[in-house]
Order: sequence, then C-alpha cells, then structure tokens
Amino acid sequence: MNGGGETHHFRRLGVIWAVLAVAFDLVYYFAIGPHVPPGTLTSTASGAQFDFNILFLVAFPVMAAVWVYWAYALIVWRGSKSDLAEPEGGPKSRGHLGIQVGWIATTTVIVLGVFVFGTVELIVPAGAGGGEGPSPIWTPTSHEVLPIQVIGQQWQFTYRYPTFGGFESRQLMVPAGTTIAFHVTSLDVIHSFWAYQLGVKADANPSVDNVAYTTTKQPGAFTVRCGELCGLWHGAMYNFGKVVPKAQFFVWAQSTEHRSAANTKNLPPFAYTYVPDANGANGGYYPDNVDPYSKVETYGATSPGK
Amino acid sequence: MAIDTRESVSAEHSGHTAPPVRPTRRRPGWLGPHLGRALVGAVGGYAFGHWIGNVIGSGYINVQGSGQNDVAIVLGLSIGVVGWLAGAGMLDYPLAKIAGREPLPPAPSKSWTRYLGPALDHKVIGLQYTVVVLLFFFTGGLLAMAIRTELLNPTSHVFGPGTYISVVSEHGTIMMMMASSIVIGPLGNWLVPLMIGSRRMAFPRVESFSLWIFAAGYLVILAALPLGGFPTGWTGYAPLQTQATGGMDAYLVGFAVIGIGMICAGFNLLATIINYRAPGMTWSRVPIFVWSVLATAALLTLATPTLVAAGLFGVLDRTAQTAFFVNEHGGSSYLWENLFWFFGHPEVYIMALPGFGIVAEIFPVFTRKPLFGYRIAAAGMIGVALLSFFVWQHHIFQSGINPDMRPLFMLTTELISIPTGFIFLNTMGTLWKAKIRYEVPMLFALAMGFNFLIGGISGVFLSDVPVNVTVHGSFFVLAHFHYTIMGGLVFAFFGGLYYWLPKMTGKMMDRRLGKWHFWAMFIFFNLTFLPLFLVGLLGQPRRVFEYAQNLQTLNDVSSVSAFFLGASFLIFVFNFVKSIFLEPKPAPPNPWNSLGLEWQTPTPVPAYNFARIPVVLADPYHYGTSDGQAVADLGPRTLSLAGVVAPAAGALDAQAVTGEEGSADPRPPIA
Ligand code: HEM
Ligand SMILES: [Cu+2]
Ligand SMILES: [Cu+2]
Repeated sequence: MNGGGETHHFRRLGVIWAVLAVAFDLVYYFAIGPHVPPGTLTSTASGAQFDFNILFLVAFPVMAAVWVYWAYALIVWRGSKSDLAEPEGGPKSRGHLGIQVGWIATTTVIVLGVFVFGTVELIVPAGAGGGEGPSPIWTPTSHEVLPIQVIGQQWQFTYRYPTFGGFESRQLMVPAGTTIAFHVTSLDVIHSFWAYQLGVKADANPSVDNVAYTTTKQPGAFTVRCGELCGLWHGAMYNFGKVVPKAQFFVWAQSTEHRSAANTKNLPPFAYTYVPDANGANGGYYPDNVDPYSKVETYGATSPGK
Repeated sequence: MAIDTRESVSAEHSGHTAPPVRPTRRRPGWLGPHLGRALVGAVGGYAFGHWIGNVIGSGYINVQGSGQNDVAIVLGLSIGVVGWLAGAGMLDYPLAKIAGREPLPPAPSKSWTRYLGPALDHKVIGLQYTVVVLLFFFTGGLLAMAIRTELLNPTSHVFGPGTYISVVSEHGTIMMMMASSIVIGPLGNWLVPLMIGSRRMAFPRVESFSLWIFAAGYLVILAALPLGGFPTGWTGYAPLQTQATGGMDAYLVGFAVIGIGMICAGFNLLATIINYRAPGMTWSRVPIFVWSVLATAALLTLATPTLVAAGLFGVLDRTAQTAFFVNEHGGSSYLWENLFWFFGHPEVYIMALPGFGIVAEIFPVFTRKPLFGYRIAAAGMIGVALLSFFVWQHHIFQSGINPDMRPLFMLTTELISIPTGFIFLNTMGTLWKAKIRYEVPMLFALAMGFNFLIGGISGVFLSDVPVNVTVHGSFFVLAHFHYTIMGGLVFAFFGGLYYWLPKMTGKMMDRRLGKWHFWAMFIFFNLTFLPLFLVGLLGQPRRVFEYAQNLQTLNDVSSVSAFFLGASFLIFVFNFVKSIFLEPKPAPPNPWNSLGLEWQTPTPVPAYNFARIPVVLADPYHYGTSDGQAVADLGPRTLSLAGVVAPAAGALDAQAVTGEEGSADPRPPIA
C-alpha cells in the first residue's frame, strides 16, 4: 500500500457514505417511518413500528457503508487488460490489526446496542404483543384488563368473552383505550393468532393457554390471519375485527351475551384450555395453582354444577 | 499424530500376513451394481415392505377404517431405500466381509458408465453429487414456478388448497434437503482432498454411501406426491404432522434418510480434513474453503442426529400410536418445534458457511491479492458453527414457551451476526487497491455479498422480538431466508461451479453465456424477492393461497420475475451442455492463474490426484509478491524433506513422501 493514497481514499469514502446515510435516514424518518406497518392502532403496534424504524435507521448506514465501499472499489480498482502488473501483496495486505479490531469493536457495539434496545422494548410494554405462554412474567400495569379468549380450530378463530358470561363469537370486537389480555388456545393443531394491526401474535397450541397483551388506542378496523400453517385451508383462515369506542363495545357485548345465552349454555364452561374432557382429566394443562372454574380466574364466569 | 500419506493400507500392502480369504467372483457388468439395479431394488423393496406392513397393520380398526396404513408406507419406503442401496452395491463390501470373503475392488474403468455405479474415486463421486444436486434443485425450482403461478391472483385459484399446500411443502423440503449438501456434496467431495494434498477421502466407501443414500432421499421425498402430499411445510409441525395423510410418512422417512447421508458426509469430511492433510499443510495454510467445509462438517455431524431422532418419534406417533407430540396424552407439540429447530438452525448455517468459503476462495484469485484477515475468516466460521447451536428458539419466539428465554435467544442470535459479518471484512479488505478481474465466478461472488448483506441485515430485524411479533410467519421471513440461501449459497455455488468446472470436467464454460446467466439470475432474483419483504410487512402470511387485494401488484411483480429467474437457469443448462458436450473447449490446467493446490494438478486430474504426495510450502494466497514462492513441492525428494518441511514434518511418513514406493503407482487409489 502506498501511504499517500490511503487517507485520500478514506476521506472520499467517508464523505460519500456520510452524505448518503444522513440524507436517506432523514427521508426515512420523516417520510416513510410514520407509515410503516403495523400502524398505530395499539400500544404494541406503535411499539413494533417504532422498533422497526429505529432498527432501520441503524441498519441503513451499515448497509450503505458496505455498498459505498464496494461500488467505489469496483469502479476505482478494476483491473484493465493492458496493465498486467499485479497489485501489491505482501504481509501488509493480509491483515491490519487496527482495522480488524476496529471492525470487531464496532459491530459488537452495534449488536449489543440493538440487543439492549430490543430487550427494553420487549419487557416494558409487557411482552410487546407476543405470546408469553401460560404464566406471563411481564404483565401490564393497568388494573383493568379485559380478558378475551381466542380459540383456534381448523379453520377458524372464535372468541370468548369470560367477563360477559363466556359467550362465544365469531367476531372480534375490542373497546378502544383498554388493556386486553388475549388468551390463545387451540382445539386441534397449532395455529397462530395474528391480529395484524393490533401488533399481536401468539401461537395457539392445543392444551396450552398462551397469553398476549396489548392496549388499544383509537377505534379502527383490523385483520386477523392465522400465522402458522394449520393444514388445507390455512390460507382461508382469516376474519376481520374492530376496535370501537368503549360505550359501543359494552352495548355490543351485553346484547350479544343476552342474545346468545341459550347457545352459551351448550358450550363447555369457560376454561383456559379445552381438552376432550373439560375437567382436564386426560392430561389437560392449567397454569400453576389455577382452578379453571374459580371465580377470580375466570373473571366471573360461572361453570355448570357450581 | 500420524498422518498416513499413502493411498491405502490393505493387508498385503503393509506386510501383515492376512488369513487366507476366498475371493469374490466378479459378476458380468450388467449384473453388477449400478443405477438400474438400484431402481429395481427400490421398487422391489417398496413392494415387499408395503406387503409386510399390510400384514402387520390389517388387524387394527384405525387402519381398516382409514383406507390408509402408515405402517405399510413407512416400511415400504424404508425397505425400498435398503433395496436401492443394495442395488447400488452399497452392501456388497460389508456383506462380503461378514461372509469371510475378501471383496474385490471395483473393476478399473475409464468409460462414462462408471458414473452410474458405486465409485471410490472422490472425483467421480463429486460429479455424481453434482448431477443429483442439480436434479434436486431443478425439481424444486419447477415447484417454485407453480407456487408463483398460484400467487398471481389473490382470489382465483390454479390449484386446490390441498394441492397447493403440498406443492409449497414439497418445494421447501426438496430445496432444504438439496441445500444441505449443495456445496458439501459436489465441491466438498471433489475439492477437499485436492486442496489438502490427499489422494483420497478418509472413508471412500462411506463417501459413496452418502451419495447413494442422498439420492434415495430424493426419490423418497418425491414419493410424497403420489402418496397424497403433506400439508405441513418443510417444518413439519406436530400435531398437524400426526394428523396428515400418507405423504407425511415420506417426509419423515425422507428427512431421516437424507439425515443419515448428511451425517456420513460430515464425519467423512471431518476425518479427511483432520487426518489427510499433506505434509506442510498446517492449520494456518489450509485453504479457507476447507475451513468452511470443516465447520460445516462439524455441524452436519452434530446437529443432524437430532433430526433423525425427531423423525423417528414422528414415525412412531403415526404408526405405533405413541404420543411424543400429542399434548393431550402427555407429549408436547413444543417437543417437535424444539427438536426440529435444534437441528434446523445449525442447518441454516450448513447452508451459509460453504458459500462464505467459496466466496473467500474466489476473491483473492480475481483481485490478485491475498485474502484479507485469513485468521479472522477461519475463526469466524468456527465461531458461527459454535454459536449456531444456541439460537434455535428464535424460530418460536411467539409460541408461548419459555417467555423469559426470549432476551437470551435475541442476544445469541444478534451475537452470531458478528462472526457472520467477518466475511464482509474479508472481502472488503481484499478489494482494497486490488486489480479486479470481472470473470463470471467473481461476478457471482460479488453478487453473493450483495444478496447476503440484505439477507443478514433482515435477520437482525427478525431477531428483535418486538419486530418479530409482526414479521414472524410472514413473507418477510420468506424473503429473508431466500436472500440468504438462494441469494447467498446458491449464488456462491454457481460461482464455484463456473470457477472449478474447468478443473472438474476439463472444459471451459462459455464466458459470454455465463455472463448472461449471471445478469439474468442476479436481476430477476432481486426483483423476485425484494418485493416480498414489503408483501410480508404489509401482512401476507406464508403458505397461503389467498391474500389481500391490495398486495396483488407486488405479488405479480414477484411472480413474473420468478418466471424469468427460472428461465435464467436454462441459460446455464444450455451453456453446460454446449461447453461440456457439444463444442467442448479444452481447459488449460490453471485457467484463472490461481495459486490453489487443486489447480497445480494436470487436467484431467489423474485417478490418484498427485504423482507424489506434495509437500506444502505456503498458503495459496501469495498474490502480488515478487518472490515467486511456490505453494507446494509437487515432486518432493528427500532433500526438500530435510530442508524445508522438517520442522513441520513430525507427522509424515517419509517413505511415502520420498516416493520410494508406490508414488507414481497407477493403481487405483483404494484397494
Ligand atoms: C427459483 C427460485 C425460487 C423461487 C421463485 C421460490 C419461491 C418460493 C415461494 C413463492 C415460496 C412459498 C411462499 C409461501 O410460503 O407461500 C417458497 C417457499 C420456500 N422456499 Fe423457495 N423459491 C425459490 C428457490 C428456493 C431455494 C433455492 C430454496 C432453498 C435452498 C428455497 C427454500 C424454500 C423454503 C424452505 C420454503 C418454505 C416452505 C415452507 O413454507 O415450508 N426456495 N419459495
Ligand atoms: Cu393456519
Ligand atoms: Cu434460526
């Protein structure tokens, strides 16, 4: 390497990179970022959008660094037919301690930064809308949590509202401005409850109660799709839901409860999971120390015979 | 440590007095082991196994009522595989040994028919592997075209849902099986002995076995289609797996069969690289491709048994009504997820590392510079291999299992991007003030860097649990892994083919057609998969045949590009047929002017690779130095032994190296 050229290449590369990275990041932040899915219908959706944007703002400069360097090298250091002399090899081009250490240090710092950021963003919003299993460790601070059970089966989702007599509905309605606990389970194979605009995804396993939290903001519409291959009609396993103002939600829930009271009586009593025998005698699984029919754990639902 | 540099240690060779043995009779050619006999064995074995299965299972109500007997299918497929192997002559040697006979070596043959039977020459096996891998790849490619045809329209359908999901599952499984061996099989077997200065692989019969059982896996997974297909995708999640019909058995048996082949290929390469290096081929001189194969081979050997075991559990659940994966009966649906991904994630790096190796091998040659950061490259590969065992739960972040483990798996997953990133340090450092020659292999290597960067960075997005909530199970994931596998490994593989085919076949590939192939593949690959990141982010799940109306434009761009991408491989096939068979242009022994040891051999490479075991003097990256130092002494005398390598030569068998005996021995290398 002939000394003088070094700094000159570095300076040029640095300037091109910095201009590109800053310009693109600014455009992204103001023009693209606010529109990134899954939108801002709930706390976890905004959280996912925010995290995606931050990652992108970090990732783009990294990618730009590589691309700018490659483009530069491919143009400036291309070999020509006439010039057969080989570039200078020797020990110096086999490695450079400073560059290697710098590279490792930089990538490590970025990676650890991304990790700390991701962990905070996972724990603070109570699991960030992801399935936390039967005994969640990161729970919402709100004292008013509306439980809604999501039951997956081949090939549809139904929803039970334990605080409204445990009625079962094919339509998912949620009140605005409310923290919601989705209890996701399945009756047959693995499905995944993916309420796209709500920023919620939790696998539905048979005999497992998988809990995910989110807090809705303003009213809006959303789509639920099955996110785990569950057989033939997996592709058709979707429905649509609504976030509606609280008052409207209560009207809907109470009227549905009354309308479907006769139906509800024929359903198995509300429980976290449903196995062939509702008592769980065939190996049904319940969270530690929970009686599925206890008042508190069913949020007031009643079971037959009690 | 003793390195046996001689080509074989048969009993009479090493002077032991062997007990008298009855020689085996040599059969006439058409009766001997070959492809045709293997096919007959497979069909016969299937019929036999199926019959036994029906005898066993016919007394059970659940079998009688269903019209399908999984026992019969599993036994049919398994015994079919054994029949295939027997037909291919894979059992001749052990059976003869058991019977107390001394098996004959295969008749030496120069005819092309030697490619249809069992071989002991790693170069023949390497080319056989190439053909099988390409067969796998083009079959999977056709299925991909079918998928993209269905996805042209959000609501009107070409296939029924059952057919469609089988096509997706078959495509994914075939491609994953293929990708696990795409480099290791053809290039690993063909090149590693040459690169380390050996005359053979450590276990040539195991090598042949791994090829034939790999090919059997192809037939078994194809059999899934006539058996009704399977609905689970390549991940085979239970309990859907337990519920599925006959094709599922082919998936389980097929993966186990492929798995056995992967384990065999893996430990054979491990043993070869560790024990069969030529004198002077110290760990700091081993070509970087060999390092990548070493890391991959370790993964193959250690991770694949989990897959085979999980497959066995699955088969038992489906046939003997056990409940490994059935929650209601004391099993767990999470067990399959964990076992599968405990194999599956190392598998992901099995499909990345060899690509790194190829690229790092190609860069120095076409920039005329030493590889930048050789030690870091090797350390990175070992680091990736180690870490890849500790990240598997990032595939099941939202499954509800161990929620408190998520930060840990997020950390390990992100950490692995550090050693993975070393490949960029190596290539970028090598480009510094280089003289880049834009030959076809170099173009593929550069494209691999471009694609893998996108694939890798999108992987960091996926590893972030909050973002994972949105993108998991969507087309974003699909785009991510196609960028790493197709854009990374497959591009590297084709680069490697263009680079090494002149040595492997003795013919030059056409340069202009090669460039056409490259540009078509590169452009249409990106046009196919870049939109799919967006499609996933906008909410389209994987493995669906219906999607939102507003995503049609993006899907159509992807589909049309995919057809062109598929067509780009026709250019390759045309180039291959034309340059190798129709208008062959003989290749010079070292067309790229490379320092690699494999290029110092004559073309075609003789059956025993090296007239004398070479003495390696330097690593193959001495570009741009004027001292003209040779990489290896290809005709070493005692002199060079004493002078140059004596310090490193504690490990060598002087007699073999000095060529007193057997050095220019034209006998086939394995007796
Ligand atoms: C010609 C290029 C290719 C095209 C156009 C293509 C396209 C596709 C498409 C459209 C899907 C299904 C998407 C869905 O889930 O609905 C898919 C799935 C998949 N592909 Fe490819 N693919 C190609 C090459 C490859 C290669 C080279 C590999 C690996 C070596 C691969 C591995 C997979 C896997 C593992 C799946 C997932 C299957 C599953 O869901 O279980 N593909 N591909
Ligand atoms: Cu589904
Ligand atoms: Cu993984």
